Amino acid sequence: MSKEEVRLFIGPQHPGVTGNMSVEVLLKGDTITWAKTHIGYLHRGFEKLMERRIYIKSFPLVCRICVPEPDTNEENFARGLEELAGIEIPERAKWIRTLVLELSRLQMFIMWYGGIAGSMGLSTPVQWGIGDRDYILDLFEELTGGRIYHIYIMPGGVRKDLPEGFEERVLKLMDIIEQRLPEYDEIIMENAVVQKRLKGLAKIPRDWVDEMGITGPVARACGFPYDVRKDHPYEAYPYLDFDVITEDGCDAWAMLLVRRREIDLSINLIRQIIEKMPKGEFLARLPNVLYWKIPPGETYVKSEATRGEFGYYMVSDGSDKPRRVHVNGPSFVHGITLLERLLVGQNIADVAPIMVSLQTCPPEMER
Amino acid sequence: MGLKEVLKPLGAWRQIAKRPHTILVPKVSREAAERYRGFHVNDLEKCIGCGTCAAVCPNEAIDMVPVEGIEPKKGDSGFRPRIDYGRCCWCGLCVDSCPTTSLRMTNEYIWVRETPDDFVYIPGYHIKGFEKKEKGYRKDKEHSFTDYHRVPMRELPPEERVETFAEVVLGYAEEEARREADRCVGCGLCIAGCPDRMHIPDYIRAIASGEYARSVNIMYENNPFAELCGKVCTRRCESYCSLGHEGDPVAIRWLKRFATERFSDLKQVIKVKKAEPKDKSVGIIGAGPGGLTAAYYLALRGYKVTVYEAMPEAGGMTMAGIPKYRFPFPSLKKQVDFILSQGVELKLNYFVDQERFRELMKKHHAIYIGVGLMKPWTLGVPGEDHPNVIYAIDFLRKINFKEPVEVGKEVVVIGGGDVAMDAARVSRRLGAEVTIAYRRRKVDMPADHEEIEGAEEEGVRIWEKIIPIRVEDAPEGKVKLVYGKAKMVDQGPGKRPKPVLIEGEEYELVVDRIIVAIGQQADLSFLPPEIAEKMEVERGRIKVNHRQMTSVEGIFAGGDVANRVADAISAIADGLRAVKGIELYFQGKMD
Repeated sequence: MSKEEVRLFIGPQHPGVTGNMSVEVLLKGDTITWAKTHIGYLHRGFEKLMERRIYIKSFPLVCRICVPEPDTNEENFARGLEELAGIEIPERAKWIRTLVLELSRLQMFIMWYGGIAGSMGLSTPVQWGIGDRDYILDLFEELTGGRIYHIYIMPGGVRKDLPEGFEERVLKLMDIIEQRLPEYDEIIMENAVVQKRLKGLAKIPRDWVDEMGITGPVARACGFPYDVRKDHPYEAYPYLDFDVITEDGCDAWAMLLVRRREIDLSINLIRQIIEKMPKGEFLARLPNVLYWKIPPGETYVKSEATRGEFGYYMVSDGSDKPRRVHVNGPSFVHGITLLERLLVGQNIADVAPIMVSLQTCPPEMER
Repeated sequence: MGLKEVLKPLGAWRQIAKRPHTILVPKVSREAAERYRGFHVNDLEKCIGCGTCAAVCPNEAIDMVPVEGIEPKKGDSGFRPRIDYGRCCWCGLCVDSCPTTSLRMTNEYIWVRETPDDFVYIPGYHIKGFEKKEKGYRKDKEHSFTDYHRVPMRELPPEERVETFAEVVLGYAEEEARREADRCVGCGLCIAGCPDRMHIPDYIRAIASGEYARSVNIMYENNPFAELCGKVCTRRCESYCSLGHEGDPVAIRWLKRFATERFSDLKQVIKVKKAEPKDKSVGIIGAGPGGLTAAYYLALRGYKVTVYEAMPEAGGMTMAGIPKYRFPFPSLKKQVDFILSQGVELKLNYFVDQERFRELMKKHHAIYIGVGLMKPWTLGVPGEDHPNVIYAIDFLRKINFKEPVEVGKEVVVIGGGDVAMDAARVSRRLGAEVTIAYRRRKVDMPADHEEIEGAEEEGVRIWEKIIPIRVEDAPEGKVKLVYGKAKMVDQGPGKRPKPVLIEGEEYELVVDRIIVAIGQQADLSFLPPEIAEKMEVERGRIKVNHRQMTSVEGIFAGGDVANRVADAISAIADGLRAVKGIELYFQGKMD
């Protein structure tokens, strides 16, 4: 640190809308010359907690690993456990799970869409994003009994069947959201401020994607067509018709475009799921969960979260508690390795838009 | 980029003319969804305090606490869940695992108070105002953590059964047993139901995890007749089972049977710890389950034990009374032999009379009387001494010791207990047409419902509300039962209705044999007068204290001769209790 530089801590109160973490930067004028991330403000020791709990007690725990999109965790945990225990789940359960995952993705992206504008000081879209997301949360409340933490995708299937008339209400909401999106576009995409600030911001060199293991919309904005839903399909995704969305701008604007198109894709997928969903049983009969011992073995399951590839590495030693559960959150790469390198040379005012563009989620960095 | 991009965002102003999306709380309230996981309510009447909710709670938010006004009773621990909402995460696992479905959640989510203590309460006991709320998260019995359906037991078909004395129940296969054992939630309410307080959840869990030898060892900690109980126990534990409220109770008896039957040589399985030999000896009169239980545990504690049995085989009523299609002889022999292998001396065909009792008093430091009830109650009607009127207990004994018995083509069994069912089903196997005549209704029968169903499946007719009036001789070597019908007279709440003879009506039934199975009584004529006058007897049973000691010091008693429950497991429990009693008596610490 030279005499011309200033050391500044951004956070740990929510910088932008990403969660509690802090970024320590050195500034020369308005330009960042060095950056370091500090996490640990949200550490709750999920992985260690799981090792001391019987499997079923981890089921209400894992959703807390990512607050805005908890269902990926539930799904990964359940799928991993089913793989280890050799449980075949009913077909309908897979479709309901996929519906929940896509609804969850949609609400996350809508909130993010408002959030990216918020990070540049445009507070109107933030309110809209939160508000419209709540209509999806209403659906979650009706389906699962919880708005944020659904505790719904259970090992063996899902906890309850769809309520009567739920499909129609989902489709109706999809129509409403589709009508609403042009209003968002008008004040975000077609806004001179957003365009000026995001185009060319946080330009990621293409070779970093492989080098660092960047996934999700960030990788797709760099032209890498990698989507776990397509490349390693799980649940009902093999039966759905969709293309992987890519852009080749490699900058924050391209990430915005990818995510905006993902919203349309999610709506499309939700309509497909409702159309194709089979009838039938939704929960396989589990052994007595209080004494459930899982045969020894290990597995890695992964899925596409809004931030990127989300994975669970699970090891069982044959007892009623996992020997090890490792959670691989995409934000670990995006929010630490990538962010620290991307910030160098950027303007101090752009820290928040960059963090939001990378969609860093601190709770999944520090499981 | 141009002027358009500067002006476009101003389109947001159009929203000013639209309706707001927010709800104007508190003017407008919003009801949560039908399945919402809100504050709990608990039906205290339905709740049995099994503690499964507390066991499954991931946050240890639930404590089981005593509640004023709720006493522990049959199948109810008397505790109720208290929830700490500072810890609760609203996951609803407690609701999903509640065996009685008493615990549920409402869709209430607003509860505002100044003190944190108000957020720790017992739902249902501390009234919060949302108890009547119907909406909220509920358990779906078919899609929950609880498996309410018992694995069915395979049995011989009825038409095959009546041809043979082979065991009716075929037993669980390994996979079936593990599945059935896995249903147990481990609440332990059943332990209070077992007179012998067996460690039921422990041995069931051992079976579920495939550790059968460990399971049998747990059983043998307080019951050396585990296999007997696995076949013919009256299984009061099952009526205490928490799953029995909304579904089938765990088949505790059949699981015990499964585990014990897997091992043909108990000596290789049971790990016994024998104490140093002591210089005291105990004489046990009667080699029934109670007497042999006392003998086994006394021998393990190092005492010298001799068992005196009047019959040519050990086992007492389980040998002489229970038919072999329920309890085969090799099974009994296996268990008795193991007990004897622990250094118990057994003297068969040794009838203890007054003279011999005096000898035993001199020879042993303590005596345990487990002679059972061997004298049948009589009907007390004229003509009962007819040679074709026989008593079930004698009849079954002859059958079990393979003595020749003739029942003819038609038999009527009088009584409604397990012995009556046994006599009827044995008569069926001997080829007779059988009618059971009972003075109350079928629902009032003290016999196990499975026995009643089994008898009916085998073609036994059951006549209700029959009162014998007299017995007469009939031609061709038959016998005539003259009977009247009864009407049931209500005796007030909590009491069995009483059968009262309808006067003036008489009916006749001509049969080959009348088998009387209305109970047995103790025969205490073997007690010498100097002992008999000191020994307190209450309504036909020897009176004992909580350590099974009679009013004569050093003489203990147990089993049917001392308790009114009169089943094998309570005899075993008496035997076990007497062991502790005898040991304390020897140490001079009798409390």
